[in-house]
Amino acid sequence: MKLKLLGAFGAALMLAACGHSDDKGASTGNGAAQQTVSGVVPGSQADLVANVGDRVFFPFNSNNLTSDARSTLNRQSEWLKRYPNVQVMVAGNCDDRGTEEYNIALGSRRANAARDYLVSLGVSSDRITTISYGKDRPISEGDNEEAYAQNRNATTSVR
Amino acid sequence: MRPIISDKEADILSDMLLPRRTMLYGCAAVGGVLATPLSSAFAQSGDNAPGAAEITVDRARNEPIPIVVPSFGSGNGATITQVITDDLNNTGLFRVISATSSSATPDFASYKAMGARAVVTGNTSGGRVEFRLWNTLTGQQIQGTAYSFSGSAEVRRVAHMIGDVIYERMLGEKGYFNTRIAYVSQTGRRSNPTKKLAVMDYDGANSRTLTNGKWLVLTPRFSPVSNQVAFMSYVNDRPRVYLFNLQTGQQRLLGDFSGISFAPRFSPDGRSVVMSVTRGAGSDIYVVDLASGSKRQLTSSGAIDTSPCYSPDGSQIVFSSDRGGKQQLYIMSASGGGAHRISYGSGSYAGPVWSPRKDVIAFVRISGGFSLGVMAPDGTGERILTKGYTVESPTFCPNGRVLAFCNQSAAGAGGSGFSSSIKTIDVTGFNEHSVRTPTMASGPSWSSSNT
Repeated sequence: MKLKLLGAFGAALMLAACGHSDDKGASTGNGAAQQTVSGVVPGSQADLVANVGDRVFFPFNSNNLTSDARSTLNRQSEWLKRYPNVQVMVAGNCDDRGTEEYNIALGSRRANAARDYLVSLGVSSDRITTISYGKDRPISEGDNEEAYAQNRNATTSVR
Repeated sequence: MRPIISDKEADILSDMLLPRRTMLYGCAAVGGVLATPLSSAFAQSGDNAPGAAEITVDRARNEPIPIVVPSFGSGNGATITQVITDDLNNTGLFRVISATSSSATPDFASYKAMGARAVVTGNTSGGRVEFRLWNTLTGQQIQGTAYSFSGSAEVRRVAHMIGDVIYERMLGEKGYFNTRIAYVSQTGRRSNPTKKLAVMDYDGANSRTLTNGKWLVLTPRFSPVSNQVAFMSYVNDRPRVYLFNLQTGQQRLLGDFSGISFAPRFSPDGRSVVMSVTRGAGSDIYVVDLASGSKRQLTSSGAIDTSPCYSPDGSQIVFSSDRGGKQQLYIMSASGGGAHRISYGSGSYAGPVWSPRKDVIAFVRISGGFSLGVMAPDGTGERILTKGYTVESPTFCPNGRVLAFCNQSAAGAGGSGFSSSIKTIDVTGFNEHSVRTPTMASGPSWSSSNT
């Protein structure tokens, strides 16, 4: 989806978000912001990050959706229904406590879990692609339990 | 290049020259290496004939074999001296005694007094290097070969070839110095790294990158028989297994799967590549025939079946699977079926690779931290070789005596202190070394000795 106008805040977010399909640098984490942030283009990546929450987090070596994850995905599904032309990519990510190859598969599991839940809420599967980065795109660059928890996620980005 | 070869030893050398050279330099016009046997000063029969090893090295930790390596001269000669010395010393099996003289007839009495078991003599003149290997105790020449080469790019390779001959004549098994390692070069922030496919000599020299870094690449795997590397590329955000032809620089997709294809590994004959493909919450193992492109599904457990690796005879495949809960190692028939579990220790097991010697399977064990170990194919005799914050991606050198692997340190806040490098270690667990690379590095894959 191409964006024609951006406010200053949205532009800053989008600069970091547009790289290639990888928005993690721009995000505000679980982004459970309920109030609408002004200055962002409705239906944009910045809108998703600021007003909906672009990512959900997983327990260690698991693709189980927690209640927090489900509520974020509930908001994502509502948002996707509001903007029916928006296509998204869900990327599964892992902490670095597994091997590279296993984590590609585990990240795929997580992306599919998020995708399947969105589809169960009525979002067309045609609008969602999935990808797994394994342990190659850690949001948090450190190595401790807090960082691991941040890095076990499925992140939705506008394509 | 037309080798003038008469004896069997030199035949072995000439066999590995042609494919290797065309691969290394692609279209670049680089002169070939010519190997010719040198007769002994004493004209004894049996020169250069492959025979019994001078020294038997078993799996135990041995006292390094003292061997005299003299200066091969200045310029190219100095490079050759250094490369041979490093090759032999890095094995941990030799202790090189340097010497200034490289006269035709060594002073055996003085070298014997120094404890040297063997003496090398040699010199370099223009594009020609001569070397002889002598038994210090008997004063007999074990090997003598002259190499002609053109271009400084081939100097290191000639030195590695000489090192391989010394290694083989002394130990009775093929050396691994004239080999390369494919790996992933990493730069940039840890959270969004630039990763490029790269190839270097086994000792880290002559490293070059093969992709531009626009898309993430992972897990390169050298073909055992040809100048190709199978690897995973995220090109166009569709992560899949590709084949990279080192000679032409061209890439092609391997297999046509709707899921993510990953964890490629060649069959021992180089004709097919086995890999994982995601499906639902799991990953299945497939084999793709390179010539026809046909694919065959080998597992369908619904769990994550990944990191498949053939036995050296191609009859079996070891892989990791979480079908029983935690990831463990399983062996199945190469046609699929008959999978049985072989790992039973605490924690999880991953990333198995079968030794070219057949006798052990190397693996990553995650139990608290990461460690690298080996076990027999029946699951017995597990030994841990090394530990680290992250140690993974083990790969055997062609004779199975040494493993290269990826070693990563833990990062502090903001990624500070993070490092990723390639190390080598003997299958005995001794002699751990770092391989110097121009950038951070991961995912090593050792070439065979005949590519």
